[in-house]
Amino acid sequence: MGNKKPVNVPQPPSTQSTELLRELVAHLREHRTQLREEWASRITEAQLLTAMTKDEIFAEATSVYDNYVEALATGTLEALQSYSRNLSERIIPRGVETHEVVGIVLLLRDVLARSLFAKYQGDFTKLNRILDAYEPAANRIANTVAVGFVQERERVIRQQQEAIRELSTPVLQVRERLLILPIIGVIDPQRARQLTEQLLRGIRTNRAKVVVIDITGVAAMDATVANHLVQTVEASRLLGATVIVTGLSPEIAQTIVNIGVDLGKMNTVGDLQGGIEQAERLLGYKVIPAAEATGAA
Amino acid sequence: MEVPILKQGRYLIATIQAALSDEDLLQLRRALLERVIQFRSRGVIVDVTALDVMDSFATRTLRDITYMIRLRGADTVIVGIQPEVAFAMVQLGLTLDVACALDLEEGLAHLEQRARSSS
Amino acid sequence: MPDDIRVLIRSNLDIVTARQEGRALAARTGFGATDVTLIATVISELARNIVSYARQGEIVMRVVAGANAQGVTIISLDSGPGIRSVEDAMRDGYSTSGGLGLGLPGVRRLMDEFTIESALGRGTTVRVTKWLT
Repeated sequence: MGNKKPVNVPQPPSTQSTELLRELVAHLREHRTQLREEWASRITEAQLLTAMTKDEIFAEATSVYDNYVEALATGTLEALQSYSRNLSERIIPRGVETHEVVGIVLLLRDVLARSLFAKYQGDFTKLNRILDAYEPAANRIANTVAVGFVQERERVIRQQQEAIRELSTPVLQVRERLLILPIIGVIDPQRARQLTEQLLRGIRTNRAKVVVIDITGVAAMDATVANHLVQTVEASRLLGATVIVTGLSPEIAQTIVNIGVDLGKMNTVGDLQGGIEQAERLLGYKVIPAAEATGAA
Repeated sequence: MEVPILKQGRYLIATIQAALSDEDLLQLRRALLERVIQFRSRGVIVDVTALDVMDSFATRTLRDITYMIRLRGADTVIVGIQPEVAFAMVQLGLTLDVACALDLEEGLAHLEQRARSSS
Repeated sequence: MPDDIRVLIRSNLDIVTARQEGRALAARTGFGATDVTLIATVISELARNIVSYARQGEIVMRVVAGANAQGVTIISLDSGPGIRSVEDAMRDGYSTSGGLGLGLPGVRRLMDEFTIESALGRGTTVRVTKWLT
């Protein structure tokens, strides 16, 4: 391409922009060292990635730069996407935040744009065409990296929340093959679901045959959560475990009846102690009163 | 893909693989019934540990298998339902009103107990 | 990134294919083990309905972006006879009989969004979405 007036039919825009991109990529590769350094120093100037050392920033900058240029060259974003996920996995534990990641990618875009201005400042028409090719590609890239980072962050947060919820709801193994799940406080549908998942996993891990779910500490339950409780009982049965529900208040019993469940079919005992005793009977343990056990004859 | 059926004494053990089609399930139903009759088995274990999805057809067919085998005087136990699968089943409202046990060991124990209590 | 995954449903074997694709897609999107199984089971039921009632149709699956999170949308399309009474189909009368009927009430319970369109003689489209919480 040159400044000559075209004498034949002008090339279709897509072919034009592909050629321009090729020229652009060549330029970016040629000036790789210099542009990368410029970018790294602008990152430091803008006080981004403060959680990382200068060497680390430079190393990551190199990878990002190369992936960026590669994405421009190939026109595909897959490699960049997986690199971006990779990068996010590494830097999120370091405390790097979203605005920093967005910031450095935009800085790179600017550093490269300015480099193009410098190179083509003598040919305004060409500069315009090159920018027309560069801008949409650069914006797609910035978007890809930012979105990849945000998604990874969200995944980490979800995992952490899950872990916290698990910690706050222990499934206790008190005897061989017997699990107790004491539920206290307010249960919303999400927590109810988490409880069920935990319980089912616990049944499998501990090879439990009987589970005592104690809801003495639960004040009230709406129909959705009551339904969840009933489903939990059935799901446990599918894993070969019998469920005994203890601490059922009259109000909750009513709620369960209201959702159409035959309370007679559910295994319920008044209190936790009674529930454990029944569980032991089911498991074939003999329940010996304390006096006998100490050998008082 | 045919479901392998092992004979262990008076019991039959059918082990299901993950990608189970409707035809495989119907074939299993036929095969189990034939062998229960042939070997006069007392009990059948259907091991679904590898089954990653239990939908309405699988649920119905397993129930049919249990009923048909009961007509021959034998017990059936379904073992190895995965926690995620059990969860999905109850949420979708699929009920499997048959005996279930955690795994093969528990399944055999269940059958032995049933054999003892009915003799 | 979001490309549609389309599975033609013509026979029982396609049900298995559809749910395996769905399972993989859900896992890739970031759903946990429980939700992955839920989604696969829903797909199995929807595909099964196509085979049972329309004989032929399609299951389309894609990743979708919502306000706060990503999700998965499943669309079940057929040009079968259509459902005579969508109201009846959506009524929860069959929950204890191991899945008689279309299982749609169960599907609606499991998914975050659910729409159904059906016209006699023209076919049925069911569209469901589940979001990452």
